[in-house]
Amino acid sequence: MPTVCDTRSEMAAVQDAPVEADNEKEIKTETLNDAAGNHASAAGGVIPSPPVASTSSSGPAKAGGPGSEEQQTLMAVLQFLKKNNFVGAVDVLRREAGILEDSDESQGQELAASALGGAEAGDATCTLSRASSCTTSTPAVAAAPAKGGEDQPDVNVVLSAYSQQGDPALYQGYYSGLKKFVESVLDCHRAELSQLFYPLFVHMYLELVYNNHETEAKAFFEKFSGDQECYYQDDLRVLSGLTKKEHMKGNETLLDFRTSKFVLRISRDSYQLLKRHLQERQNNQIWNIIQEHLYIDIFDGMPRSKSQIDSMSGSLAGEAKREANKAKVFYGLLKEPEIDVPLDDEDEEGENEEGKPKKKKPKKDSMGSKSKKQDPNAPQQNRIPLPELKDSDKLDKIMYMKEATKRIRLGPESLPSICFYTFLNAYQGLTAVDFTDDSSLIAGGFADSTVRVWSVTPKKLRSVKSAADLNLIDKESDDVLERIMDEKSASESKILYGHSGPVYGVSFSPDRNYLLSCSEDGTVRLWSLQTFTCLVGYKGHNYPVWDTQFSPYGYYFISGGHDRVARLWATDHYQPLRMFAGHLADITCTQFHPNSNYVATGSADRTVRLWDILNGNCVRIFTGHKGPIHSLAFSPNGKYLASGATDGRVLLWDIGHGLMIGELKGHTDTVYSLKFSRDGEILASGSMDNTVRLWDSIKAFDDIETDDFTAATGHIHLPENSQELLLGTYMTKSTPVIHLHFTRRNLLLAAGAYNP
Amino acid sequence: MADERRPKQCSLVLPTESMKVMAESVGVGQLQEECCVALSEEVSYRIKEIAQDALKFMHHGKRRKLTTNDIDHALKLKNVEPLYGFQSQEFIPFRFASGGGRELHFYEEKEVDLSDIINTPLPRVPLDVSLKAHWLSIEGVQPAIPENPPPVSKEQQKVESTEPLKAVKPGQEEEGPVQGKGQGVTSAESKGKEKSISRLKPRSTHELSVEQQLYYKEITEACVGSCEAKRAEALQSIATDPGLYQMLPRFSTFISEGVRVNVVQNNLALLIYLMRMVKALMDNPTLYLEKYLHELIPAVVTCIVSKQLCLRPDMDNHWALRDFAARLMAQICKTFSTTNNNIQSRITKTFTKSLLDDKTQWTTRYGSIAGLAELGPDVSVIKTLILPRLSIEGARIKAVVEGPVISNIDKIGADHVQSLLLKHCASVIAKTRPLPDNVDQYRADYGYLGSMLCSHVVKARAQAALQAQQVNRTTLTITQPRPTLTLSQGVSTGSGPRTPNIIKVPSSLTLPVQTLVSTRPVTPAQPSPPATKYIVMSTSTAAATSPQVISLTSSRSSSPITSTAPSSTSTLQPLVKVEHTGQSVTTPGAGGSRTLQKYIVVSLPSAVSSEVKASSLSSPSTAVDSTVKADRTELPGASTHSSH
Repeated sequence: MPTVCDTRSEMAAVQDAPVEADNEKEIKTETLNDAAGNHASAAGGVIPSPPVASTSSSGPAKAGGPGSEEQQTLMAVLQFLKKNNFVGAVDVLRREAGILEDSDESQGQELAASALGGAEAGDATCTLSRASSCTTSTPAVAAAPAKGGEDQPDVNVVLSAYSQQGDPALYQGYYSGLKKFVESVLDCHRAELSQLFYPLFVHMYLELVYNNHETEAKAFFEKFSGDQECYYQDDLRVLSGLTKKEHMKGNETLLDFRTSKFVLRISRDSYQLLKRHLQERQNNQIWNIIQEHLYIDIFDGMPRSKSQIDSMSGSLAGEAKREANKAKVFYGLLKEPEIDVPLDDEDEEGENEEGKPKKKKPKKDSMGSKSKKQDPNAPQQNRIPLPELKDSDKLDKIMYMKEATKRIRLGPESLPSICFYTFLNAYQGLTAVDFTDDSSLIAGGFADSTVRVWSVTPKKLRSVKSAADLNLIDKESDDVLERIMDEKSASESKILYGHSGPVYGVSFSPDRNYLLSCSEDGTVRLWSLQTFTCLVGYKGHNYPVWDTQFSPYGYYFISGGHDRVARLWATDHYQPLRMFAGHLADITCTQFHPNSNYVATGSADRTVRLWDILNGNCVRIFTGHKGPIHSLAFSPNGKYLASGATDGRVLLWDIGHGLMIGELKGHTDTVYSLKFSRDGEILASGSMDNTVRLWDSIKAFDDIETDDFTAATGHIHLPENSQELLLGTYMTKSTPVIHLHFTRRNLLLAAGAYNP
Repeated sequence: MADERRPKQCSLVLPTESMKVMAESVGVGQLQEECCVALSEEVSYRIKEIAQDALKFMHHGKRRKLTTNDIDHALKLKNVEPLYGFQSQEFIPFRFASGGGRELHFYEEKEVDLSDIINTPLPRVPLDVSLKAHWLSIEGVQPAIPENPPPVSKEQQKVESTEPLKAVKPGQEEEGPVQGKGQGVTSAESKGKEKSISRLKPRSTHELSVEQQLYYKEITEACVGSCEAKRAEALQSIATDPGLYQMLPRFSTFISEGVRVNVVQNNLALLIYLMRMVKALMDNPTLYLEKYLHELIPAVVTCIVSKQLCLRPDMDNHWALRDFAARLMAQICKTFSTTNNNIQSRITKTFTKSLLDDKTQWTTRYGSIAGLAELGPDVSVIKTLILPRLSIEGARIKAVVEGPVISNIDKIGADHVQSLLLKHCASVIAKTRPLPDNVDQYRADYGYLGSMLCSHVVKARAQAALQAQQVNRTTLTITQPRPTLTLSQGVSTGSGPRTPNIIKVPSSLTLPVQTLVSTRPVTPAQPSPPATKYIVMSTSTAAATSPQVISLTSSRSSSPITSTAPSSTSTLQPLVKVEHTGQSVTTPGAGGSRTLQKYIVVSLPSAVSSEVKASSLSSPSTAVDSTVKADRTELPGASTHSSH
């Protein structure tokens, strides 16, 4: 929960009472005394909360002690509402919370949701919230107003932390003094201490700008911007444009720097060196910045090497705190429901299955022990309520198993065939593609606001007859399902109109009855593939929605967009069930974990976060990418995550340990698509550089040795083996690869638009 | 690399003059300097901010190019009304013009004549999005089909042939044992073997799949078969298909053997077909022929200088083949000649040797002169190698033409050599020799050919002068790549031979079919046809358009006729408007006044209007003489000549 806190609220606290600088742990006030500082002080100023270590791994543990923090939270919410004249909401909240007396946590949760939605409270309850037994999702409340231009009054508060100033002329001296010091220390510490340069540089520059020392700021920037690591280019470019105090208002990137503490991991020895140096020099300016804007995560042990640091850094707010990745993640797969698989007689089973389910168990062996025993790492079967299997779903499962038996075993020796679907005449307008799981349909989202669906099998797309015609048909007949379809409308492709902006994401439901699309217009739309009409428009994101994804079990879906919040929805609720806030920049891609208990989001802040659907906690933060992340893929066993970014690199993560375990270099442009083969042996990546590449994922996962030390500290030493892992590179003809999909038999399908 | 990019990051700010101009444009005069500074800083910052947001939309749109729509969306994010009306699909035609000490960037908004739009037929509806599937890879091997890119890129081929030891396969930047499986080359183990010896001597395997063998058979049969339509198709395939790399050695051998056999059999048609194959191979953008020149050059040279190329030398037009092959040779030299292989100088030597030899036949003589002339489109080759020989050749021609008739064949040969010499030498002399053009002087210098040469030179000069004048009038410096349009008017002087000039052709060669029609000068004896042929080549940024040949027969009616001929293929649809004017206009610089003067106005989007604007701008170059200028404004675009 604290990780998703809107850290802006801290600033208020910071201003009033600068944080105690006594220990390295940097105990922070994570409470939600939102809004202006005076309110915070009215509420009692800084309330020390438990150390981060315990809070971040909170989850269920927290449910035990609602205690004062809950109260604080409610107080803060109330104050916020009061301040914004939401009188009605205040009343409701008061009433429902028992006038702040006994804050029932589930109530609190509801209230939080209602406050955030700004609507009736009762609606926020849903399958999930009823099911979830614990903790609040209040952090989302705070994050919601973090966006947008109107809620800027507190920006001044945020910025005013810069008001204490030193002599502007001395800044260059301070910085170069530190530089000299870092250059003079032992080699083993130098790399670690060099991490300080970038955040210090940024904050010193911003301080100069804030205090209207324009020329000094410019000189400072010009002198030292060249020293920064090349992967901070993009942020530096933003900074370079920012030369006036007025610009600081409403600049989101700036807010990110300011509101989130830049996290550094430094070994204890190096930190002591630094501290001693700064104390000797009485260098208060730098010390203040370190105290206020940096979070130094100190570990015991060997200082890290340059390459180790480089592989983990690059994100907008430094590395993840070690504690952030300590929570337990149930990454195992759910037990498959037991479905009786008929014998392999090709023809009959369709009919057999419908009428009389036969009790045959021969398949059990081939399915292995997986379905018998519960995986220790798997979540409870009912941890997240999942929709009931329908008959048609069961049929589909059977089809899936049958296909699975014909699946080709892939490996370095047997590479998959790749079938490429080229969108012709798309005029640069293709923005998103999805395949159904059985590879029978393709959907494309286009910049002209349309969504098109193609059938790639001989079976044409038919819509259901109109209501008047449906009245005429004989409902008792056996082939009623056939009769309701309108033969006249049969065609190979259908166009879905409804969006009013480019469609950036499409996703089929697993049962192929629905299609989701999200667009620049801020909505997510649910389309029926029976009638080819829009069923629901989910409004919640006010800004472009970059990606949306159905859960592998259907019903739930996730969306994420420019407003930096990922929302979890259920198809039958028009308001989100969960809001995952914490990213510092746009959420660019979303992906469900195969067990549907977690979602991963990739962001333009160059981090990947894993969220627990049950309680809305952020359970993993992966840093290491050097550019916005545009693709994510879970391995079929749920253990690993692959992510691809604009820098052309693909990173592999071990979810259980929260570690980076591999780096695949080879692409020269944004990786827009990643997919594991059905058995997880091959990772396919498709990129803007017009190539599909195949990687040996088995080898990539095996090569990594995770001894206790690396697991404990997360200091992984990555082998440079991209070239060995690369199994094949396939150039397309000026066609960027936008989507990849493995069929159930492990044929790789790729899609992209031809851009001559 | 990052360091190189660093300097760009320094904060750029818009010039304050821009602020002033913009303020004036909305009616605020006399803006204070301080205001300008403050404004420009603010504006620069906002523009950068918007651009950064727009980039996001570009990334999510999966594009490499930022479009105006991205900017609109970025503005929308900031709650700003988008800029309506900027719909630029491909590029924003900001152009740069300089002159009169001012440098301007301007966005061209030409005035649109609504009646023109109404009258033109509707453009075709753009094709709908469609889906097409193909195999990108079959079990790890990329099939060589047109949908896939060529397995070995042209750069790679070039590296392979010029620096064999450095040759690497795509994706093999570093040595890695796993390489090569997905490279689209046959099998893993043969690859491995190849790898181990590749340090010693590069060896490339050219194994053909069954499909490729079939293709090869079909193509070669079609190329030398009797069906012209099929041949055109086959040549098209050779010129464009990206997957021919593997078959290149076969084609090369086919051509070389074909020429060897057919020269002996004097089969002119087949030789022409084979040369067209060479041409098609040269045109294929994915092939690099360097490795096969040892086979191709002898074949081509044979077709230039062979004594006999056809069964009936007196009847068949083997001269066209020689011309065509000579141009091919020139193209080969231009593309592949380096200081290492010295192709150009070796070829020049060969030609010169046969030219100097007294016993050379007329056919060979023709070929070597043609070859030399094509080799040096500029002055030097002709000047140093041919001009000194003019009097000797003249004497030789004279002996044949005026002497006793020995054989008809010799006479024809001499005729051709003569016209060839005149054609090539006249322009060179016109450039190099000082005025005046005195017939006697010419005769003294160049012997028998002198008098004819003199008249040719006079014509060439007149033409050059006319062109120079027109160029002077309308040149506009434009520094941005844009659709170029070149148009030339076949300015002819009264009775002289009319040669439609093609100033700019997309590739330097035309097919012999065209050659036969267009480049042979019409003999003066023929009555000059009233029809003037204009060839309008428009190269648009989109797909190459086919040259449009518009033949117009001038009618005697005095009323201006306007005809519009939209091009059939191009997306840009140049409009060609021909106006016939009365008798009053005389061509400047031409000898006699002509009865009719035709002006062709070719308007591409953004071409003509710029010229008109440019002429009304007071650029120094336009100050020619006022009468001409007046004519121009009445009848714009007598000849447009724009280059990028």
